[in-house]
Amino acid sequence: MSLPPRSDTPSIIDAGPIVLDAPDMEPAKGGAHLDAMNISAWFGSNKVLELVSLSMNPGTVTALIGPSGCGKSTFLRILNRMHEMVPSAKLAGEVRLNGEDIYGPEQRVTETRKRIGMVFQKPNPFPTMSIAENVIAGLKLTGRKERRAERAELVERSLLRAGVWNEVKDRLDEPGGALSGGQQQRLCIARALAVDPDVLLMDEPCSALDPTSTGRIEETISELMSEVTIVIVTHNMQQAARVSQRCAFFLAEAGTPGGIVESGSTEKIFGDPDDLRTKDYVHGRFG
Amino acid sequence: MDVSVSPVDEPRTIHPGTPRVDRVFHGSVRAVALVVLVIFGAIGLFLGAKSISTFHLYGGRFLTESDWEPSLNRIGISSTLLGTMLVALTALIIAFPLALATALYISEYAPARLKPALVSLVDVMAAVPSIIYAAWGFFLLMPHMIGVSHWLHQYLGFIPLFRVDTDPNAAVLAQARYTGSMFIAGIVVSMMVLPIACAVMRGVFAQAPIGEREAAYALGGTRWGMIRTVVLPFGRGGIIGGTMLGLGRALGETVAVAIILSAAFDFKFRVLENGGSTISKLIAERFGDATTVQLAALLTAGFVLFVLTLIVNTIAAIFISRSRSGAATEA
Amino acid sequence: MSISPLTASPPATVGPSEPVLDPQPPRPLSTRTLDDVLSVVGSALGSFAGTWVVYVQLLPLSGVLGFAICWYVAFLIMYASVNALTHPRPIVVSKLMTVVMTSAALLVGLSLATVIVYTAGKGLKALIHLNFFTRDMAGVGPTTALDQGGIAHAIVGSLIMLGIAVAVSLPFGLATAVFMTEVGGWFGKVVRTVVEAMTAVPDLLAGLFVYVTLIVGLGWERTGLAAAIAISVTMIPIVARSAEVALRVVPGGLREAGLALGASHWQTVRRVVLPTARPGLATALILAMARGVGETAPLLIVSGASTFMNANPTTGPMNSLPLFIYSAIRSPEPLTIERGFAAAVVLLAIVFVLFAVTRLLAFFSVKKFLKRHPTQEMATPGGLWTS
Repeated sequence: MSLPPRSDTPSIIDAGPIVLDAPDMEPAKGGAHLDAMNISAWFGSNKVLELVSLSMNPGTVTALIGPSGCGKSTFLRILNRMHEMVPSAKLAGEVRLNGEDIYGPEQRVTETRKRIGMVFQKPNPFPTMSIAENVIAGLKLTGRKERRAERAELVERSLLRAGVWNEVKDRLDEPGGALSGGQQQRLCIARALAVDPDVLLMDEPCSALDPTSTGRIEETISELMSEVTIVIVTHNMQQAARVSQRCAFFLAEAGTPGGIVESGSTEKIFGDPDDLRTKDYVHGRFG
Repeated sequence: MDVSVSPVDEPRTIHPGTPRVDRVFHGSVRAVALVVLVIFGAIGLFLGAKSISTFHLYGGRFLTESDWEPSLNRIGISSTLLGTMLVALTALIIAFPLALATALYISEYAPARLKPALVSLVDVMAAVPSIIYAAWGFFLLMPHMIGVSHWLHQYLGFIPLFRVDTDPNAAVLAQARYTGSMFIAGIVVSMMVLPIACAVMRGVFAQAPIGEREAAYALGGTRWGMIRTVVLPFGRGGIIGGTMLGLGRALGETVAVAIILSAAFDFKFRVLENGGSTISKLIAERFGDATTVQLAALLTAGFVLFVLTLIVNTIAAIFISRSRSGAATEA
Repeated sequence: MSISPLTASPPATVGPSEPVLDPQPPRPLSTRTLDDVLSVVGSALGSFAGTWVVYVQLLPLSGVLGFAICWYVAFLIMYASVNALTHPRPIVVSKLMTVVMTSAALLVGLSLATVIVYTAGKGLKALIHLNFFTRDMAGVGPTTALDQGGIAHAIVGSLIMLGIAVAVSLPFGLATAVFMTEVGGWFGKVVRTVVEAMTAVPDLLAGLFVYVTLIVGLGWERTGLAAAIAISVTMIPIVARSAEVALRVVPGGLREAGLALGASHWQTVRRVVLPTARPGLATALILAMARGVGETAPLLIVSGASTFMNANPTTGPMNSLPLFIYSAIRSPEPLTIERGFAAAVVLLAIVFVLFAVTRLLAFFSVKKFLKRHPTQEMATPGGLWTS
């Protein structure tokens, strides 16, 4: 759903009511439907997002692009209920995971976060745990008990999916912090995958890494695409073009809350966007 | 099924969905913190409550009377309060420059390999129990300080501070008049104040930004020039804060003063002279044979000390947190 | 055929001319010159000689202390003058300041050394007797020889009191610290302010409070338990504050990672935050113990001073090292004083051992950390006596 091009309307939010197609009620194999509907967000009295709507579908990588400071990360954190950890955070709208609003009154936030995982900008493996322990940390933390054989199998499977198994299979008992930056980040991906989420959110996962590691992680993302719904925030346009099938361009004009200017397939956004501002951004005229 | 949602752009209530174990967790640690708060509030309230009855009984005389003679029902803390201040001040005057210089030495001049050891040494100095400093002060320091006190009395005795009621030029010097003085007690207390102030100052100096240091050197400054323009201004909050923390410690020191200072209740400024009194010494020595009323009076003295140290330490905290270095550590 | 160097042609196999450089040793970058060293040493010796002449022969002053002071002042003047001959003023000032700072640090170090050496020296005579550690003072008078009696009761008393104090202050202090860092809010700020204020309150007042509430108010005896409670009251804020620092140092990213995996806050704290903070927490506790074992003032009020061994904290008076030292050194009997100093050595030794343990802990954690990731830095919770 994209907004009318700028030449016709004076403001971003002049969209009127949003009409959605009926979402699939069962999760498609390999992921779930995640629909954000009219999300607005505040920190205290400062509004940072206005009426953002986006459908993120299984089997796709959705990239959130845009200059820094326009609310992409805030939006991402709303998707797995990390936004509310800030005491002054406020929120309007709904986020529906396979049709159910994750902010509904009966929803348990810990359950939501198990189904919507997150990988952070700075790799954060747990320093007191070994590599193997880090991978299954999600299970230990949520009190799930697995038998020893299943544990080993889960460790191997997660590390394989994250594309780092071959590099660490001989040192699974070494501390999680003894790896390079790129390996640590893939370990964090493995850790997030071990809880078997339906959606994986990635907040600028490669911005702290070197180009080689970035390439490996982008490969991993492509391989995971068919198994989990992936939403990735990136300020690197070329990465978005490489890795995603759908893109949403966020923008916050000076002093106004951020929002989505245009969203659509990656080819369209990068090839022939509707909005002038999108065209300017993807052609590098501002950043 | 068409779902029309008209945008409602008002914040909604977020249901935290906190798992029960977290509610228990938050509740329990909150309860413990509350208990701790209550204990310490109780101390203050308790001491304060007793003060009311004391002031009822003795009135303003409690603050102006210098003597502490329970049998004659003549008790007051004027000399005691003054003594507390004088001992603390003496300790500060000695400790402050030494703490500042030592902190600067460790932070700016010491070879890098030695630094951790020196920092540990300062911590060790702070950890040495005060009873040990007291013993050292009484047996080793005091005999040597008699000579210093005598010299000060002889040559600087025109200053009221340094007067002693004995003849400095007598053939047989009345040495006992110079022992057990607030001066000597102050020196021993300074040994305890110094490491506290030094640790705070050094910690603050270590945070002076490297960029500014390099700028000073790049302009051709000497090491001392750089310290004076970068480190000292940056560390101002820590210098004052650390000193005030030390002051708080000095005000409350009990053991060293009990052992070194001879008990006397004259309201005097003569620090070199034998005899004096501080609040903590008074309480420690007199609580044993105190009647209920006198006990209340001692608690009142304790309350005055309590308020004094609270004020001093609050000021210290303000200085440390307001300074640039304090602001950085809060992040 | 001899080839003269002048007519010899260069070897045919030389490629494009590559000058072969002698491998150069790195240049010394120190700015200290011989002149600097000489000016310090020379001034020291010169001022010594000058002071000797003036002080001893001319002025009617006496005493080592006076001499030392005069020598120091003369040294500074001479050093400044010597340098002023060749250096401009800012450099002279800087050099003078260097000397002043260094000598101040030396003075402080020297004072600490004299405290330790003097205490050890005076206590030595009693320490060499084994009975000093195995016997108590029951039936031993103040003038009894040192081969009888001992401080076993005081050592045991100190350890028992410390144990109880730790058992009380650790859970309270740690829980308070966890509250301050993990739950926080406006109430957390209030608690932090109060805890900070309480670390500064004189320990005597804590003892006074316990005395009036438990002993006078509730009619307790002056038992080891009462003394231990008084010590805990002083230890709780210290444990709370340093534990808070250790917890705050744990990177927020780790907490976020735990929560993002769907863990509850409690599980994140229990399995991520606390284990990560363990070295800092251990250090905080041990340093609080070092403070607690040396507490004297509250004991003066709350504790009885038995001469016999009493390992039961709930009945009867229990002696402790600081209390024993306090009464021993006030006695007029030299033998008792020596016993007191020997006990002081034991107390110092305990404090030093605790300190050494924290250094070892820090060393091992740093080693483990470096093995994990060579470029990560470990933040240590800073000095014990600071926030």
